[in-house]
Amino acid sequence: MRKFYALLSREVRSYFHSPIAYIVLIFFLLITGVDFYFQISFMNQRQVQYTVQEAFFNSVFFWFAFVLIFPLITMRLFAEEFKLGTIEPLMTAPVRDWQVVLSKFFGALIFYLILWVPPAFYFIIFQQITGQAAAHSAGAYSGSYLMLLLLGMFYLSIGCLASVLTRNQIIAAIISFCAITLLFFLGLVQFILLDVSSATRDLLGYFSAIEHMGTFSRGIIDTRPIVFYLSMTIVMLALTCQAFQSRKWRL
Amino acid sequence: MIKVENLTKRYAGQPAIENLDFEVGKGEIMGFLGPNGAGKTTTMRILASFMPPTSGRATIAGFDVFEQSLQARAHLGYMPEHVPLYNDMRVTEYLDYRAALKGVPHRRVAERVGDVRELCGLKEVEKKLIGTLSKGYRQRVGLADALLHEPDLLILDEPTIGLDPNQIRQVRELIKNLGKQHTILLSTHILPEVEMTCSRVIIIHKGRIEACDTPENLLGKIRQAGGVVLEAKVGPDNGAEELKKISGVRNVIVDADGDWKIFSLRVESGADVREEIFRLATARHWIVRELTQRRATLEDVFVELTHPDAV
Repeated sequence: MRKFYALLSREVRSYFHSPIAYIVLIFFLLITGVDFYFQISFMNQRQVQYTVQEAFFNSVFFWFAFVLIFPLITMRLFAEEFKLGTIEPLMTAPVRDWQVVLSKFFGALIFYLILWVPPAFYFIIFQQITGQAAAHSAGAYSGSYLMLLLLGMFYLSIGCLASVLTRNQIIAAIISFCAITLLFFLGLVQFILLDVSSATRDLLGYFSAIEHMGTFSRGIIDTRPIVFYLSMTIVMLALTCQAFQSRKWRL
Repeated sequence: MIKVENLTKRYAGQPAIENLDFEVGKGEIMGFLGPNGAGKTTTMRILASFMPPTSGRATIAGFDVFEQSLQARAHLGYMPEHVPLYNDMRVTEYLDYRAALKGVPHRRVAERVGDVRELCGLKEVEKKLIGTLSKGYRQRVGLADALLHEPDLLILDEPTIGLDPNQIRQVRELIKNLGKQHTILLSTHILPEVEMTCSRVIIIHKGRIEACDTPENLLGKIRQAGGVVLEAKVGPDNGAEELKKISGVRNVIVDADGDWKIFSLRVESGADVREEIFRLATARHWIVRELTQRRATLEDVFVELTHPDAV
């Protein structure tokens, strides 16, 4: 456990040693800020059926920033170690492969969760200034933050797998960006194909991040996406572990 | 301490090492020599549990490097070639991190880090970023890392590569001192260093062991023990032909320095031809200004074993 903690704390610290962390932080703050501003000014102009909180988590801005941050967060995880050769001292120390893989995954997850701290203040500030609630209930907040966590875990695990496959960070970023975007659009297909049978639409609905976010941000906690994202994360991490071992052996 | 049996590693069918067999006893300093691409790094990486062998077995302190890799790694301090380090960490921060990884007990971390920092001369750079360190200091950080958990065995892959002569001397002294408590396996290209520090030497070529013995025995075994240099004015004589007739002389190379001729003689192992040369020179009235015997070095052994055409 102590070894795992040492690995994890290095991972988290190394984010803040590199300029990428600050670029991602600023970029993310900017886009979510703009998102929040637009949603409110839109609501000022007309009558709408949803809350600020729902609008914020379901806008184009949000999704644009969302799919873009994962490749940036995960691209360096393994690729950099292979490139610099630091994988050699790391793996010749008495640590297990899964400890390394999990420490990198959780390191990325911690950084990702740090990104979500400032937006939480948007809602608090909104409430302070306007005196109105930004969401229907507390459940809506926990629903959307739970969905952020689940989606984040799944997409970060995809990023981990992409990063372990190459020693080039750019290639790792492109692979994970393509995979995440494809998955994202798979969920959109059901909105485009209007005449397909309801079974196909239901099936595609299981993959739809937009739909999941829609329900969760209204405060409806559906167990199906929870199982789906958790199990997919575990599958991705298991694949990462396998790929990591085989790559290390072929170095 | 190290036991290697029939170790083979193939990359995509191409053998990197084949059927290596050797043992390193407790307290030995073993030199691991060979041309680039001979399989030194591959062997060391297998011993460090970084990659598995294709076939064969290797144990460290009784633990199989593949089956019981965690225990084997715990007994080993490994310093990889070129010493890859995290450039974004500070020296002490890095050593603390490595100590935790290697399972140094919590209350002993500060003491151990302090000790290796002292031993490797890292005191003055302890707060610096590793990325800003010179090659020599990076090398020392790598060595300090290898020593952190007081391993019984050190495997050092080219510890002196890229260092200046003063630094090489310092590292050599350090290794010599470490050899008093640790078993060491080190690879290097600097042969005088091996002669000075190692108790035994393995010479590996194209993935196979060519020789494994003490440096003295190796020197005794090779066909020609060094040579003799003669500088003389030989007048109209063909000196080289005359010298070749002396028994024990294998080969003569001639150079000229004005009127002076410089003969480099390669001689059979164990033969001392200087007396014969003196007799020849007096008989022919050659004027001699130098007659020296050059002792064979490990370099001669190395060249003979790994590049036979050059002899």
